[in-house]
Amino acid sequence: MKKTSILEDLQKAESHSKENYITFKDVLQISENKKTPLSKIYGVGTFYSMLSFKPRGRHIIRICGGLACHLAGGDKLINKLKEVLQVDVGETTKDGLFTLEENSCLGLCSVAPVMMIDDEPYGNLTEEKVEEIIKSIKEGTKK
Amino acid sequence: MEEKTVKVKINGKEYEFPAGITILKACEKVGIHIPTLCYLEGVSEEGSCGVCVVEVKGARTLQRSCITELLEGMEIYTDTPAVKEAREMNLELALAHHPLDCMTCDKNGDCLLQDLAYEFNVKKSVFLDESEIYEKEKQTAWDTNPFIQFDPQKCILCRRCVDACENQAIVEAIGIAMRGIDEKVTTPFNLPLEQTNCQFCGECVQACPTGALIEKPRIGKGRIYDFKATDTVCSYCGVGCNIRLYTDKNNNIVMAKGLPNKLVNDTRTCVKGRFGFEYVNSKDRLTSPLIKENGKFRKASWDEAIQYIARKLTEIKNKYGSDSIGVLGSSRCTNEDNYVVQKFARAVIGTNNVDNCARLCHSSTVTGLKMALGAGAATNSIDDIKDADVMFIIGSNMTETHPVIAQIVKKHQKDDGAKIIVCDPRKTDIAKVADVFIQHNPGTDVALLNAIMKIIIDEDLVDEEFIKEHAVGFEQLKEELKDFDLSEASKITGVDLNLIKQAAEIYGQAKNATIFYTMGITQHTTGTDNVLSIANLALITGNLGREGAGINPLRGQANVQGACDLGALPNVFPGYQSVTDESVREKFEQAWGVKLPKDVGLPVSKFGEAALSGKLKAVYVMGENPLMSEPDINRVREGFEKLEFIVVQDIFLSETAQIADVVLPAAAAYEKDGTFTNTERRVQLLRVAKEKLKGTKFDWEIVSEVASAMGYPMHYKNSAEIMDEAASLTLSYAGIHHYRLEKQGIQWPCKDDSDPGTKILHRNGHFNKPNGRGVIHAVKFKPPAELPDKEYPFVLTTGRILYHYHTGNESRRVKVLDEFVPENYIEISKKDADKLNLKDGEIVKVTTRRGSIKVKTRVSDRPKEGVVFVSFHFHEAAANILTNPALDPIANIPEYKVAACRIEKV
Repeated sequence: MKKTSILEDLQKAESHSKENYITFKDVLQISENKKTPLSKIYGVGTFYSMLSFKPRGRHIIRICGGLACHLAGGDKLINKLKEVLQVDVGETTKDGLFTLEENSCLGLCSVAPVMMIDDEPYGNLTEEKVEEIIKSIKEGTKK
Repeated sequence: MEEKTVKVKINGKEYEFPAGITILKACEKVGIHIPTLCYLEGVSEEGSCGVCVVEVKGARTLQRSCITELLEGMEIYTDTPAVKEAREMNLELALAHHPLDCMTCDKNGDCLLQDLAYEFNVKKSVFLDESEIYEKEKQTAWDTNPFIQFDPQKCILCRRCVDACENQAIVEAIGIAMRGIDEKVTTPFNLPLEQTNCQFCGECVQACPTGALIEKPRIGKGRIYDFKATDTVCSYCGVGCNIRLYTDKNNNIVMAKGLPNKLVNDTRTCVKGRFGFEYVNSKDRLTSPLIKENGKFRKASWDEAIQYIARKLTEIKNKYGSDSIGVLGSSRCTNEDNYVVQKFARAVIGTNNVDNCARLCHSSTVTGLKMALGAGAATNSIDDIKDADVMFIIGSNMTETHPVIAQIVKKHQKDDGAKIIVCDPRKTDIAKVADVFIQHNPGTDVALLNAIMKIIIDEDLVDEEFIKEHAVGFEQLKEELKDFDLSEASKITGVDLNLIKQAAEIYGQAKNATIFYTMGITQHTTGTDNVLSIANLALITGNLGREGAGINPLRGQANVQGACDLGALPNVFPGYQSVTDESVREKFEQAWGVKLPKDVGLPVSKFGEAALSGKLKAVYVMGENPLMSEPDINRVREGFEKLEFIVVQDIFLSETAQIADVVLPAAAAYEKDGTFTNTERRVQLLRVAKEKLKGTKFDWEIVSEVASAMGYPMHYKNSAEIMDEAASLTLSYAGIHHYRLEKQGIQWPCKDDSDPGTKILHRNGHFNKPNGRGVIHAVKFKPPAELPDKEYPFVLTTGRILYHYHTGNESRRVKVLDEFVPENYIEISKKDADKLNLKDGEIVKVTTRRGSIKVKTRVSDRPKEGVVFVSFHFHEAAANILTNPALDPIANIPEYKVAACRIEKV
């Protein structure tokens, strides 16, 4: 069997979860497989902001809060997202579709302001574009 | 080989140091002060705080001296303006959200952060975030346990606690979570500490340099400068941890710390060592002699009580003879107490009916190891566990019974890759980390060990040369095992043969293998056979007589080794000198000035029967509690109630004291001086941590007064004088005197005043047996005395748990311990619980042929199917109502570990 790192195991556990998070059971399992104490696994997991130990929505929206995005009007986008989704940063929409998160920098400054939804980056955003993207995902999901 | 050195300059002066050490270590060596905060030698060396920075010429930045290795030609400056500025800055960072509330902090005066702030005159951090400081304390994982408090605001994230948990306790219950500003010390998922694997040893608290982690019981009791500090020895198990006790102005002990004695506990101590002292302050302590009149106790003066006892004992002695009186010494009392009490039995009463509760725990060790090796004690030292390649642990739940040794064993596995083999009917904590875990049926140890030896012989893993030079009896063992059926052994033990093979190969191939065992081996009707089998295993593989190779019976009580050494046994004088040996008797007769009895006396395990049959008329008990600790206590109680006279000297009105005619109040271990001998034969000095309670006396003092009143004057000035007398009559203690123990204990045998003691017994394979050879015994498997049947389908095994101690008289009177585990429970496997349709927490009735108790169910992954476990600490549900009093024929140890029982819903 291929040797994996703790981080890979955590990512895998999260991707298998319908609610996009790592459960206590997952951590127990990794701890046992890796013969590593729970406290260490939890320490690694909480270090990375992309991993979550709390249930999240089906799609994770990561809006960039880095300097370039901020100067390009990123703060307006955050407010727009809050308005459209009716949640605060760190919260999940009532229908369980989205969790809104803010990232320190996504490294896509050339197309600032940016956000990522799951693994998909979206650049050169405007308030209108944001609204549209959310709408299309909602409809796409419903199908 | 010549050691490599490096030449460096520190503050302009040239020095030469051994290569490979850090700048900090080097500076320490030559007396140059470098302040540190997060550094804890050998435990936490992460270099996170930056207080120890120094300037190294040519280096791009300041260097953290605690983690920077000294290199040839380095020019180091420890006190430049840049260094000073950086240290101040780093201190200010540490203080960024640390409340400046030293005036109300329990750790005031005992806080490294405070000391450094003082040294560098840092009054307030420029990074101070007042909004955060004054916000309400956050919920932490420490809120709901009774032992340890955590204040996240006082935490400076130095990681000393996390490293102490990882590197000293080897528990790793806590860790660092999150990052950046959110970084914090916590448990996985912020779970309450008691829901993690935390064992509350408190090593984290001891490592904390600030007031962030603190012992809850000490809060509000005062600051360090309000307390008197005393270095002494823990009063619980036989590890003999060196501890420092802190006593407040009201003569109450309020805090304990582990001392850095590298040879014993190296700063560690367990939950009982750190939190279990409170019983000494208990309101239940006896402070006046009590005499029973018309079934009720009344207070009496010491004079009246002593005279009354002397008169009654003399009467009984004259009427029924000396052997109608039994005397119990105690593994909870000092060597000096035990020397005096056995002398009292032999010289004053005139009987060898003297014993102590070692009968109930390790008497089969004494008999078995004496038969095989010539000395009934641990062969090796705690200090040389680190030299073993393989640690073979059988019948020892060491994490709960000898927690600090378990930590040392686990550390050796973790740091050095030593292998652990565990054989136990329960999947204990140590079994969970074992490289090979054998879960055999209770009472099948001989079959298991014979199987292991058969494989070792068949695979030619024996040490032929060692056997040829240093042992006898191998041929008989080979003969015995020639037709030994391994698959039959697999069936008897209930263990897959492959596992047994793995264990045999790992042990057999080890360069140095050491064995640990406890009651799982000794408390059987085949206790002596079990111990002989263990000796066989070590002898045929030559694993004896050097560092890391030996047999280590872990002794249960603080002074169980010493109580035996000093002769509180029915067959031997101090130093295991036989009472039936005429020349020995003559020596003692001359020293004590009286004729001494020559017949072997009664063991404590036969006191009950002897009382029932009328052979025994009176019992004098010093600090023991047979009505809780004996098997089948209902029957023992019946016997004791028939006695004409019972005297108990104790610190509490124990179950045994309650039925006594006279009760005498004694001083507790932390109020005594004298010595304890730990599990590795180390005689260690106790010191008075608190004044003994008004009205109490030392145990040796009480016994001496009774002796004197009976016409045999005993007038010892102090405990040191008693040890001097004992040493003069006991070869193995001949060089043991209190003044020699001030700095460090001494391991017996110690033959004279210049002998530094003996780390390892049987060095070079020399045994105290005929021709200096160890004796291999061919041992056949015999099943336990009572096996499960239709009526009693389960095997009941008994033992201890981490949070309580023996008959509970002490630990049950420690509020935090009793709050944490307030009641008894029966451990049962999930499968068995399902079969009986039992839910976790449900009360059940457990019945054996002796009696029954009601107790809560704990469904657990620990016991093997068909096996249940009950601890014997709780008088409300006393396990020893159930246990089988069947005895090992040689050692007279009862079979506490196997009884057939049934379990019913109530």
